[in-house]
Amino acid sequence: MFVMSKGVSTVMKIRTLGRHTLESLKSLTRNGWMTFASVSAVTVTLILVGVFFAIMMNLNRVAQTIEDDVSIRVYIDVATGKQQEQTLQKEIEAIPEVKSITFSSKEQELKNLVKSMGEEGKTFNLFQQDNPLNDVFIVKTANPTDTMKAANKIQKLNYVGKVRYGKGTVEKMFSFIKASRNVGIVLILGLFFTAIFLISNTIKITIIARRREIKIMRLVGATNSFIRWPFFLEGLWLGILGSILPIILISIAYYRAFDYINPKLTGSFIEILPFNPFVYQLSGILLLMGAIIGVWGSVMSIRKFLKV
Amino acid sequence: MIEMQGVYKQYPNGVNAINGINVRINQGEFVYVVGPSGAGKSTFIKMMYREEVPTSGTITMNGVNLAKLKTKKVPIFRRNLGVVFQDFKLLPTLTVYENVAFALEVIEAQPKFIQKRVMEVLDLVGLKNKARMFPSELSGGEQQRVSIARSIVNSPRVVIADEPTGNLDPDTSWEIVKIFEEINARGTTVVMATHNKDIVNTLKHRVIAIEGGKIVRDEQRGEYGYEN
Repeated sequence: MFVMSKGVSTVMKIRTLGRHTLESLKSLTRNGWMTFASVSAVTVTLILVGVFFAIMMNLNRVAQTIEDDVSIRVYIDVATGKQQEQTLQKEIEAIPEVKSITFSSKEQELKNLVKSMGEEGKTFNLFQQDNPLNDVFIVKTANPTDTMKAANKIQKLNYVGKVRYGKGTVEKMFSFIKASRNVGIVLILGLFFTAIFLISNTIKITIIARRREIKIMRLVGATNSFIRWPFFLEGLWLGILGSILPIILISIAYYRAFDYINPKLTGSFIEILPFNPFVYQLSGILLLMGAIIGVWGSVMSIRKFLKV
Repeated sequence: MIEMQGVYKQYPNGVNAINGINVRINQGEFVYVVGPSGAGKSTFIKMMYREEVPTSGTITMNGVNLAKLKTKKVPIFRRNLGVVFQDFKLLPTLTVYENVAFALEVIEAQPKFIQKRVMEVLDLVGLKNKARMFPSELSGGEQQRVSIARSIVNSPRVVIADEPTGNLDPDTSWEIVKIFEEINARGTTVVMATHNKDIVNTLKHRVIAIEGGKIVRDEQRGEYGYEN
């Protein structure tokens, strides 16, 4: 992108890079209001993008934990013998959607039940003599959305008493997760492009205001790359400056939100992303986005003025 | 040395600005370019610093054929040339010093040399004590002196001025022209388009008059020849 024209020194001198850096910083302070406008545009949009990103990533996380937790419980007929149970297991394993199958004896089932009931569960210990529960296969599918399909197939097999997988609830949940993911992706993409549009426009205005300068620079003998570098760096600084406030705000907000929400989720299998490393990753992404938007905006805007 | 041979210029809108010009300007000459407004003076000057390209013909400047010069090489070519404009064309965000230094920064000169050379030319145009000011803080004459300082800081062999006194009052105009005289006295070619009758008739030099896109008069120590 920054190929020097032939005949000029092909490698930029370090001193010149230093000069460009200094020049770009000077320009930031001397174009005070324009700098403020551009930085504000970056700040506002990155706050929005950051908030959405944080929400999306957590929704995704919740969806994942729920998906991982979805399993089919196959209650085996009470009258089924060991031999037949093994046949059934093989038949279930043969279903293409099935990833894993675990056997849980009725004794085990009772223990789990007692445990989940806590104090009150102790009364169920009476059933140890005459256990009314079934032996159970816990089946997981490779792709959680195939749960329904696999469950229907299992239902048709011999020796199967009941098949449970949260019929209805699972379907609704999956369609909800799917919808919210799509909406989230669309929103983030939309925001990102709005951000680029907004910021490149703001930067364009700052550069149009300096169109005369660019023309003069060319008249005095500056090559395109020589003119472009300070603008390129200025865009970079604008983007980085614009990402500082969003990073600070979102870090604080996430810290508070995590402190508030996380205790309420203990006990449930749902969890949100911990502050570390998520906020650091998010900060990195925002910084990078700010830098890209700033540089992109300034490089795109200056391009047409260099075709003199 | 500047040489034009069979130069024609037609603008995209169909206007024929230059209709066959042959001229030769030797190193060290001082040339006034005169003529009514819209006669092709400006196009003539603009072709010399490759702001405009001739439709046909050749323009040779310091051995470079400007008619064939690639756009990419234009900035390099302009480094051997000083240009001064009626509206000064200073960078408003840079100080006087920085404006002049810019022409040396683009050729990646040594910082020490830049410092020394910029102060030297600012001294020549009498603005050494205003180096830290911004163009907006200067008078028109002072701004034009900055722009002259910038045009000569690279020690070019040719300085081209397009109505440099057009925006200035008579006294200031004289100061500016005296600076050009001094530059010329050091061996630099000066080509100056002007409407200033007094200056042309008092400080006698070669006069090239352009009318209807042609050279109608070319005299050594000539007169302005028009009523203002």
